[in-house]
Amino acid sequence: MTKDVMILGIETSCDETAAAIVKNGRTLLSNVVASQIESHQRFGGVVPEIASRHHVEQMTIVLEEAFEQADVTWDDIDAIAVTEGPGLVGALLVGISAAKALAFAKQKPLIGVHHIAGHIYANRLQQEFSFPLLSLIVSGGHTELVLMRGHGDYELLGETLDDAAGEAFDKVARMLKLPYPGGPHIDQLAEHGQPTIEFPRAWLDKDRYDFSFSGLKSAVNNYLHNAKQREEEIIKEDVAASFQASVIDVHVEKTYRAALQYDVQQVIVAGGVAANQGLRFALEEKFAHEKFQLLIPPLYLCTDNAAMIAAAGTIAYEQGYRSAWDMNAHPSLPLR
Amino acid sequence: MNLLAINTSDQVLGVALLKNGQIIGQYTTNLRKGHATRLMPAIVDLMEEVNWTPQDLEKIVVAKGPGSYTGVRIGLTTAKTLAWALKLPIEGVSSIRALAYQAIFSPYLISPFFDARRERIYTGLFKSSDGHLVHVKDEQNIAMSKWLEKLVALNEKILFLSPSISLYKEMIEEALGRNALFASESYNIIQPAHLALASIPENETNVHTLIPNYLRLAEAEAKWREQKGANE
Ligand SMILES: [Zn+2]
Repeated sequence: MTKDVMILGIETSCDETAAAIVKNGRTLLSNVVASQIESHQRFGGVVPEIASRHHVEQMTIVLEEAFEQADVTWDDIDAIAVTEGPGLVGALLVGISAAKALAFAKQKPLIGVHHIAGHIYANRLQQEFSFPLLSLIVSGGHTELVLMRGHGDYELLGETLDDAAGEAFDKVARMLKLPYPGGPHIDQLAEHGQPTIEFPRAWLDKDRYDFSFSGLKSAVNNYLHNAKQREEEIIKEDVAASFQASVIDVHVEKTYRAALQYDVQQVIVAGGVAANQGLRFALEEKFAHEKFQLLIPPLYLCTDNAAMIAAAGTIAYEQGYRSAWDMNAHPSLPLR
Repeated sequence: MNLLAINTSDQVLGVALLKNGQIIGQYTTNLRKGHATRLMPAIVDLMEEVNWTPQDLEKIVVAKGPGSYTGVRIGLTTAKTLAWALKLPIEGVSSIRALAYQAIFSPYLISPFFDARRERIYTGLFKSSDGHLVHVKDEQNIAMSKWLEKLVALNEKILFLSPSISLYKEMIEEALGRNALFASESYNIIQPAHLALASIPENETNVHTLIPNYLRLAEAEAKWREQKGANE
């Protein structure tokens, strides 16, 4: 029998300070997340300097909690994985500094992990991967379709040319005067509305898998503006439902097309917007009778966490990838 | 006692290893280069050079600011996490106080400061007494012109220390005339070993509660409070 691989993961790329311990890339032993959402709410968005300040205050507390929950000792830990990018540079540096200090203090390998690879590997905590695999990543910062032919092998099929899906949600939520973060509020409103307004769908080039949400965003803005001018009643529920329907249509259709073209075994959805009920239902419906398997992680694995970094770090560790003491934060690190 | 001292609170990067108060090794740079990529290699290399392993460490002292926000956080997070992992006592030392130690033999008042931009500084006023530093005025974030007004009123000779001395030298001389004293350039940056000198064992803290001493709110927070105040 081969020895278990146990990885400590650290994530501080945005507004969650997180540490987790994962066994063999599949079993979650602990998953501690200190969310700062309340500290940023009054600013209507994440303030980088305030996020960094919280990370410093929370880091060692979160680490201690991760060890207590997992009930393991340092001897059990094989390596330390940390988010290297993309993300807020000052925030990333707190996690990276902590990871380096731990790796040095305990003489363990240090492994820089791509945040999106983390989001993808969150799914492996639920279900073993079978390749080729298509991953739809939808979050506040990302909208991407990634094809994987094996572990740690990422091919970017398409990405957003302007706003990420989550950003579009937040901006439309602001237009509708909904509280931050807007995504969940739109999702809730949409549930009670009808997609009666014809907002555009940006299909772009049929052969590519890129996304664009800026046109949709302006369409919503224009609609609200015109309705106000004409003193027509605005049914927020319907606006939310119509906006969401447009976003979902494009995501579902492009994902479906890519899944067929590359003849994949699995389609996995990752990132904070994967928590969106409308998107989950639409994907489940569309893919119900297909031969490939659809995986959507539970909510606590969709939002930023460190278990996903440990899970992705496990593969990197097994493949022999190591980071050096001079590792830096990479705010716009490409997925390789 | 084997002590590791870390300072990354401004442009200067400093790491020192001391045994019972004596410097075993010290590394200092004064460069416009980030600390993120350079701090850990500096610690690892210096430890290797003096043949220490992490287990040999017995205490960590770190400059907790004020200074560059990101710099302070890199040093403090590294120090805190090392202390937590190795179960060591840790102490955060004010970077202003650490800088003042460059003039510990001065018979005059000492005003160490860091540039806080827009003609503001992080500073304090100290005097040396029996080889220790005593606070004469609290550490603060203040406009240089206001600070100089306060110092003029004392009508005493004052030694200024700062890595940004050249930015403010004329302004200081104009205000204090012959009461303004300056050290040679090499005294104007923190020697990391002086963090150990500036440390006060009673200030050892729980590793979780040690936080940076920014002396300034985050900009968004300050604006928010200002607006809230205006609306009330
Ligand atoms: Zn994320």
